[in-house]
Amino acid sequence: MNSVVCISQVPDTEARIKIASGNRQIEEAGIKFIVSPYDEYALEAAIRLKEAKGGEVTVISFGPDRVAQALRECLARGATGAVHVKGDLSDIDSFGIARVLAAAIREVPHDVVLFGKLGVGTDNSLVGPMVAELLGYPQINVITHMEPGEGKVTAHREIEGADEVIEASLPVVLTAQKGLNEPRYASLKGIMAAKKIPIDTKTPTDLGLSEQDLAPKVKITSLELPPEKQPGRKIEGSDPAAAAAEILRYIRDEAKAL
Amino acid sequence: MSAVLVVCEIRDGKLTKPSREALSVGRRLAGQTGGELLAAAFGPGAASVAPETGKLGASKLYAVPHESLKAYSTEGMTAALAEVIAQTQPAVVLLGGSSDGRDLAPRIAARLDAGVASDVTSLEWADGKLTARRPVYSGRAFATVEVLSTPAIATCRPNAFPAEESGDPASEVVEVTHEPVEAKARLLESRSPEAGEMTLAEADIIVSGGRGLKEAENFSYIRDLAHAIGGAVGASRATVDAGWIDHQHQVGQTGRVVGPNLYIAAGISGAIQHLAGMSTSKHIIAINKDPEAAIFRVADLGVVGDLFTILPVLTEEVRKAKAN
Ligand SMILES: Cc1cc2nc3c(=O)[nH]c(=O)nc-3n(C[C@H](O)[C@H](O)[C@H](O)COP(=O)(O)OP(=O)(O)OC[C@H]3O[C@@H](n4cnc5c(N)ncnc54)[C@H](O)[C@@H]3O)c2cc1C
Ligand SMILES: Nc1ncnc2c1ncn2[C@@H]1O[C@H](COP(=O)(O)O)[C@@H](O)[C@H]1O
Repeated sequence: MNSVVCISQVPDTEARIKIASGNRQIEEAGIKFIVSPYDEYALEAAIRLKEAKGGEVTVISFGPDRVAQALRECLARGATGAVHVKGDLSDIDSFGIARVLAAAIREVPHDVVLFGKLGVGTDNSLVGPMVAELLGYPQINVITHMEPGEGKVTAHREIEGADEVIEASLPVVLTAQKGLNEPRYASLKGIMAAKKIPIDTKTPTDLGLSEQDLAPKVKITSLELPPEKQPGRKIEGSDPAAAAAEILRYIRDEAKAL
Repeated sequence: MSAVLVVCEIRDGKLTKPSREALSVGRRLAGQTGGELLAAAFGPGAASVAPETGKLGASKLYAVPHESLKAYSTEGMTAALAEVIAQTQPAVVLLGGSSDGRDLAPRIAARLDAGVASDVTSLEWADGKLTARRPVYSGRAFATVEVLSTPAIATCRPNAFPAEESGDPASEVVEVTHEPVEAKARLLESRSPEAGEMTLAEADIIVSGGRGLKEAENFSYIRDLAHAIGGAVGASRATVDAGWIDHQHQVGQTGRVVGPNLYIAAGISGAIQHLAGMSTSKHIIAINKDPEAAIFRVADLGVVGDLFTILPVLTEEVRKAKAN
């Protein structure tokens, strides 16, 4: 069973975000970039599929030069091939990304196409289902469990207060939620082996996509930091009764939640 | 081409809260586009919510009552919604930010060659364009985006828009026929492991516990207060990773992003990844014994003290207050 995993490289979850001049993007200097946390679950699921059933695991990322580093990391963890579609993402929207990824996915063998349920940073949760639609595949979104079958997979989709068990025919798009698995770290051996695997580099043009195809339908016009929150009141709570009374007053009179 | 169409979800015969919120912001937007507010509902009970959608300002309810839409399925719903959109030609399509809304929005967008602003906290229509504000980088920044396609699609962040009833009469029901599709994915079963527990997404009040609880059993301190006050139970990742509670309860960057009216955090230090999931809550109360804990930076009311002594008294006080 062959898998493709789409990898987005994002600022470290602890990074302090600064806005670059122009007020449309973040300042990238000094920021550490990582593989988006949900994409790690997606990759781990693909590697386990390979271990159980054989097949290839191809990781694909669309982005500037720096994303090659993220792809290397995935190779070190067990991906067997990597495609880097080079491009500047600053004026590309989710649909443009989905178009590029769909075209790149078509060129590699796949039964299962995995995404993170959300790219940490863009916080969109759009690209996976958009690719599914472009390719005409079924999708199972926000999965916490998956089992491959003959020509199909069964996965658990997390919704409000319930888990849905969904079966879909292959090829299928799956988006990974926390809980799907525990991602492994790269081993030294993996890191060494990864160095020998070439990254297949191409451009959207190589994939047959024109500038027109990638024209954004959603445009960021400005980016700003959230308003600094005024620090609230702090009280001493060594007397539980007094503390509880003050909390209750706040809940009733200020939050109006009683 | 100036209508605003709101995709409605029905649970137990009623509109869900995210749908009510989407209708409310949709009504305001329709005022700006100069078009009608339209609702769409799916499945056998679809037409029955007409009084509710009417009260929230929708002049018409497009009901697709086909039996095959009884339970949500991506492919079935995408086809059915595409039919309604073809009939109504809206300028804007809004969905609630529920699991199903977020599953459907990108799929229908790709089908229609349209753009989506997801998880928006404010929406305006100006100069013939939909402009949205949305949190990015887990709330560490806010982006203003324009959606340039027709229709322009958006999913509304739960709790960001108050549901406001106008008291209008029931929507006029327009029945839409649907050709069921040959779906490649099908629902085998739906399991609710914690039936009866309120889910984070829809809760107005969330009481969350962290590693300060010391052990799994002590989540009872959190549950008792949550039940007394009528809220949902939240948790930090540290407690989820320790196996004290199911990850459905996790709040934060790799859990649920929530924005309830009231968020009470007890024994949670306030790591940036936790704050990312709750800092937009309207009112935040933190109880922590460490006066330097980062959670106090976002708390409206911070209580420096021991959760084990304070929570039981508070729970009792809340019970008494509720009884009166
Ligand atoms: C990629 C990534 C994603 C992450 N995603 C999330 C996420 O989604 N959600 C999340 O929560 N975390 C997330 N984390 C983890 C996060 O960094 C913290 O480790 C975690 O939030 C800490 O949980 P905690 O506050 O319960 O525990 P701790 O940090 O150990 O804090 C426990 C607190 O309890 C207080 N305390 C102890 N005893 C008492 C008492 N008797 N009374 C009152 N207070 C007491 C202590 O003073 C302390 O402040 C993520 C981390 C990474 C790297
Ligand atoms: N530029 C990209 N290259 C490869 N995969 C991506 C890219 N952007 C997003 N993805 C994938 O799509 C998922 C959802 O991203 P988003 O829709 O931005 O929240 C991510 O978790 C990745 O799996």
